[in-house]
Amino acid sequence: MRKWGLFLPEPSSLFDKLWNSHVVAALPGGGALVAIDRVFLHERTGASALNSLAEARRPVADPARVFAVTDHIVDTRPGRTDKTLMPGGQAFITETRAAAKAAGITLFDVNDPDQGIVHVISPELGIILPGCTLVAPDSHSCTQGAFGALAWGIGSSEAEHAMATGTLRLNKPKAMRVCFSGALPKGVTPKDMIMTLIAQYGAAGGKGHAVEFAGQAVSALDMEGRMTLCNMATEFSAMSGFIAPDAKTFEYLKGRRYAPKGTDWNRAVECWTQLASDTGAVFDTEIEIDARAITPMVSWGTSPENSVGISGTVPDDASDRALEYMALDKGQALAGTSIDAAFIGSCTNSRLPDLRRASALLKGRKIAGHVKAICVPGSSRVKREAEAEGIDAIFRDAGFEWRESGCSMCFYAGGESFDAGSRVISTTNRNFESRQGPGVKTHIASPETVVASALAGAIADVRELL
Amino acid sequence: MAEPFTILTSLPMLLIRDNIDTDQIIPSREMKSTGKTGLADGLFAGWRYTQIGGRETDPSFVLNDPHYADSQIILGGANFGCGSSREHAVWALAEYGFRAVIAPSFAPIFAGNCARNGVLPAVIDADAIAIMEKTDSPVTIDLGAQTVSIDGGESWTFPIDKEAKAMLLEGLDAIDLSLKMANDIATWQEADRAQRPWIYLGANQ
Repeated sequence: MRKWGLFLPEPSSLFDKLWNSHVVAALPGGGALVAIDRVFLHERTGASALNSLAEARRPVADPARVFAVTDHIVDTRPGRTDKTLMPGGQAFITETRAAAKAAGITLFDVNDPDQGIVHVISPELGIILPGCTLVAPDSHSCTQGAFGALAWGIGSSEAEHAMATGTLRLNKPKAMRVCFSGALPKGVTPKDMIMTLIAQYGAAGGKGHAVEFAGQAVSALDMEGRMTLCNMATEFSAMSGFIAPDAKTFEYLKGRRYAPKGTDWNRAVECWTQLASDTGAVFDTEIEIDARAITPMVSWGTSPENSVGISGTVPDDASDRALEYMALDKGQALAGTSIDAAFIGSCTNSRLPDLRRASALLKGRKIAGHVKAICVPGSSRVKREAEAEGIDAIFRDAGFEWRESGCSMCFYAGGESFDAGSRVISTTNRNFESRQGPGVKTHIASPETVVASALAGAIADVRELL
Repeated sequence: MAEPFTILTSLPMLLIRDNIDTDQIIPSREMKSTGKTGLADGLFAGWRYTQIGGRETDPSFVLNDPHYADSQIILGGANFGCGSSREHAVWALAEYGFRAVIAPSFAPIFAGNCARNGVLPAVIDADAIAIMEKTDSPVTIDLGAQTVSIDGGESWTFPIDKEAKAMLLEGLDAIDLSLKMANDIATWQEADRAQRPWIYLGANQ
């Protein structure tokens, strides 16, 4: 369709199409003023950005395209209110509520049926769309690139800029394509795909690049799996990650609240169908990974690049600092390492298919007695739909806590956390020091690996359960 | 609006570890209000104090070393500032008194946040950083010339994009610059609205 072709010589990459179709003007320094279609705030930093704009007497240019949600520090225990366990946390919620109202933006508040983690609800509501630019003051905004959009995390100053002007001032990153060829083996998930990429190419491997994920193993994923894959593009230091939209993308979005309707829908799909890298498109960097060789992954250190296959050992070149923190030794096998807790949730792995796959493994089984296990659905909608399928009962019967939706213990904000120094296997995206609580040793892995480990009471290979 | 950054001479504080993330620079629990200030006290809190949430300083952490008490520059490791997009990390560094970080690479969101708050992210390769570490003496950063030099010794250049350089040198506000292009933005949106009406949400959603 003309929208994309107008600006571009053939052949072009998906990234070129996304980028060039949003350039408002070239800037003197070589960068560009780039149109931003959607801004999404959360209560951790939303009030700060909105209040700062108001103090500078800068109105939000188009409040209908700015959204906010309470997800980061909202309590996830049943019967929640504005009160949170984080000291002073309530003020973040009430001040974001007041600031959102004053600015005229849409807020999905604590007990809104559409509340949930920003990168779970934005797709559920059709706020993210193919060919769209979306920014949020949250590094995992790249998750939403799964819809063929350019979505990325920004700081507070850029959030203010995007809201005040409908644009950002950017330098065009380089284009990378990561192709996962072949089909994933049984028990191996999109979480293992992205952890494999980061383990092989490093936590700075995507530096300066916008990354398209492609190939048979990517096309085969459902939308939720594609979101898991794109989620950790930021752990790869990429500006963003994205996947060309296809029939699955359109099917997912059709009828969602903010998705186009009627004739607009047909026009939109016609337009979105053009959003793929042309044959012969040139990339600054190309990586090919054989999906058939990927195994379930688990992290051993304090950066996502510190990850190995589940049957692997801590490498000999591991840093002493990371090993001291994680209380592991070089050459030690990961499988069989005793765990204290298990966590299923976060913007990486908290959607309905994640919970379905986890519950299928849990059904009729009990987790190890010494393991504290928590499941936090990614959104209030995911929670309702899971409960309608009886998934909550399976989790509870197996020994898991079943929570209200939110970011929860993916990170420690001073309130609720795992016990100091405890070892946790977690479906989250960051295994940084003290990320999940003081001294907490986090091992990141897929929901399947977390379930297998919770059952065994120690890091375990899910393939033995299949 | 940030204070302009031109030439800075200071003894760099040595914090050469790869993948120092923004949770370490300012832990989430130390972001106690919705404002942009009051963060210096929480800078590197997990490493700086003996206990989580405590304020008893740990003498083994470099920030508490009197030798570096006046440092305005951090000498860091690769992928500095990775993790959470929280701008509080840069606000905390700036409030504490740091004006520049020298590292082999930076996480992109962190580097962008630096430039908007008068903090220079200078990319210098690890070999040069090792020399500065060994020398452990004051260095001068000249942003105009894009150089870092050991006083009376070696000098290296660093890349920086023109816009970030201009914003740092002049303490410019990016929103002011872009609002001057309001006509360009309005013209672009009018044309885009005709092609992608679904992007422009009305009140009836």
